[in-house]
Amino acid sequence: MTTYTNSGNKDTRSGFGAGLYEAGQKNGNIMALCADLTGSLKMDAFAKAFPDRFFEAGIAEANMIGTAAGLALSGKCVFAGSFAAFVTGRVYDQIRQAVAYSNTNVKICASHAGITLGEDGATHQILEDIGLMKMLPNMVVINPCDYNQTKAATLAVAEYEGPVYLRFGRPSVPNFTPEGIRFEIGKALTLSEGSDVTLFATGHLVWEALEACKALAQEGISAEVIDIHTIKPLDKESILTSVAKTGAAVCAEEHLIAGGLGESIAQTLVTNHPVPMEFVAVDDRFGQSGTPAELMKNYGLDAVYIVEAAKKAISRK
Amino acid sequence: MRQIQDLKNIASQVRRDIIKMVTLAQSGHPGGSLSSTDFVTALFFNDLNCAAKNWRKDGKGNDMFFLSAGHMTPMYYSILARAGYFPVKELASFRKLGSRLQGHPSTEVNLPGVHCASGSLGQGLSVAIGAALAKKANGEDNFVYVLVGDGESEEGQIWEAAMFAAHNKVGNLIAITDWNRQQIDGNVDDVAGLGDLKTKWKAFGWEVIVADGHDFTSILDAYSKARKFARENSSPVMILMETCMGKGVDFMEGTCEWHGKAPKPDQAEKALAQLEETLGDF
Repeated sequence: MTTYTNSGNKDTRSGFGAGLYEAGQKNGNIMALCADLTGSLKMDAFAKAFPDRFFEAGIAEANMIGTAAGLALSGKCVFAGSFAAFVTGRVYDQIRQAVAYSNTNVKICASHAGITLGEDGATHQILEDIGLMKMLPNMVVINPCDYNQTKAATLAVAEYEGPVYLRFGRPSVPNFTPEGIRFEIGKALTLSEGSDVTLFATGHLVWEALEACKALAQEGISAEVIDIHTIKPLDKESILTSVAKTGAAVCAEEHLIAGGLGESIAQTLVTNHPVPMEFVAVDDRFGQSGTPAELMKNYGLDAVYIVEAAKKAISRK
Repeated sequence: MRQIQDLKNIASQVRRDIIKMVTLAQSGHPGGSLSSTDFVTALFFNDLNCAAKNWRKDGKGNDMFFLSAGHMTPMYYSILARAGYFPVKELASFRKLGSRLQGHPSTEVNLPGVHCASGSLGQGLSVAIGAALAKKANGEDNFVYVLVGDGESEEGQIWEAAMFAAHNKVGNLIAITDWNRQQIDGNVDDVAGLGDLKTKWKAFGWEVIVADGHDFTSILDAYSKARKFARENSSPVMILMETCMGKGVDFMEGTCEWHGKAPKPDQAEKALAQLEETLGDF
């Protein structure tokens, strides 16, 4: 088992902001827009450094996506940001026609994803966004797990040509992946090797999966932990190689079961190598107000639940 | 400048193409295609600074045109073909399986003339703004033109875009409304009235020009004034082209009935009899 050290809690949105600023320094072709949430998305460093390449879209997300598409089809690399709830469902048709179908180089930057947005409640939390975005042909879907990885993902996305959905969050969470690590789109990261069960996780749940792995080890269960930061295109090879060894799977994510990463993994397993699988995700309900930690516990999304799910999957072998 | 008679001749052929295309496909949208024919013909054959052979998907170095009202493809494809963007005979493939001439414009099929998909209404103005901002950022002095429908202007995104373009002084953007006062369910005023469109656009901070969309002198004058206003005032300009739905075919004129309906062969024959063949049918 590989252990990881938290170098200090940090929010993933700050990783995005730092990545966008660095990408902006490297590449003068990068432009960005935000819908009245520039500070919340940590896009202010970019906006301040490159005022000619930043547009405040105002509370008008539909126009923001269209404008982003127009800039992109003209040769710009465009980052358009808002809360995940408002930059997916609210503008699905705009993304579908002008970004995905038109295959424009627009990066949909979605902060405050999932229930860890916290106290604002269900109107601002979204648990459906991965599903919405992964259904769109041409769309790459990325959900990094900590500050360092989000920064690296942002830099990688800036070099990738085509539509991307980049999902990150509001709360401060453990920062444990190495600083300056190269982010490879579509390549799953095996964080810890094991033989009894594979714990697949994405986003904030990756740290929880590592915690679960430790707890399982104390009970003599060897868990493999794989960080699926890229939900689409899915690294099927890594997934199948791992379950061929472990014979059981758990998928943990801050999303509905429907449409989530788990669903994509299940589809891969069912058609290639069926093994018992359990889901640590939200089952067909909306979020609510509360602190992020309270909500994760209340909605069954922490290490304790991953441990339970792992044992259940193993028992079904 | 093109002779007005030339433009009239081209427009007549475009109208024949429209009737033939929707009749062959037994689907498509003749009404708005016929109402917008004259001013888009004038734009492509006189005003748009983009030679067909120089067209690029990213629009660099050229004026760009966006068809936000994507259902007007019969008109648009015909004008593109007649302007040399692709072979005229390809018009026969409109709406057929495997065709580049999709029911609504698509970028998946690599058709010269299409920068972005459209068809789901209300989006093209925003996309055109983005293209215009990219030109400003690149220091290009070309214009970006975009065609929206009057019915389409019921979409909220149009007005988001209107505010954004004025706020950002997008002075290289010329929008054109095909003001034919018809939409699928009836008269625009009866369905969801737009009110005083001219005052609305002015109130949103745009320069507004009203023109007769079937009079080439009025159309050409409007384009030239629009460019002047845009440059002088660093302001987006809206040209409200007053048009007649179904223009050129008597039984299609002024009614919403032919918004999205194809004529039967005998009706097509009647329609074609009213439109002079000037450049050779496809």
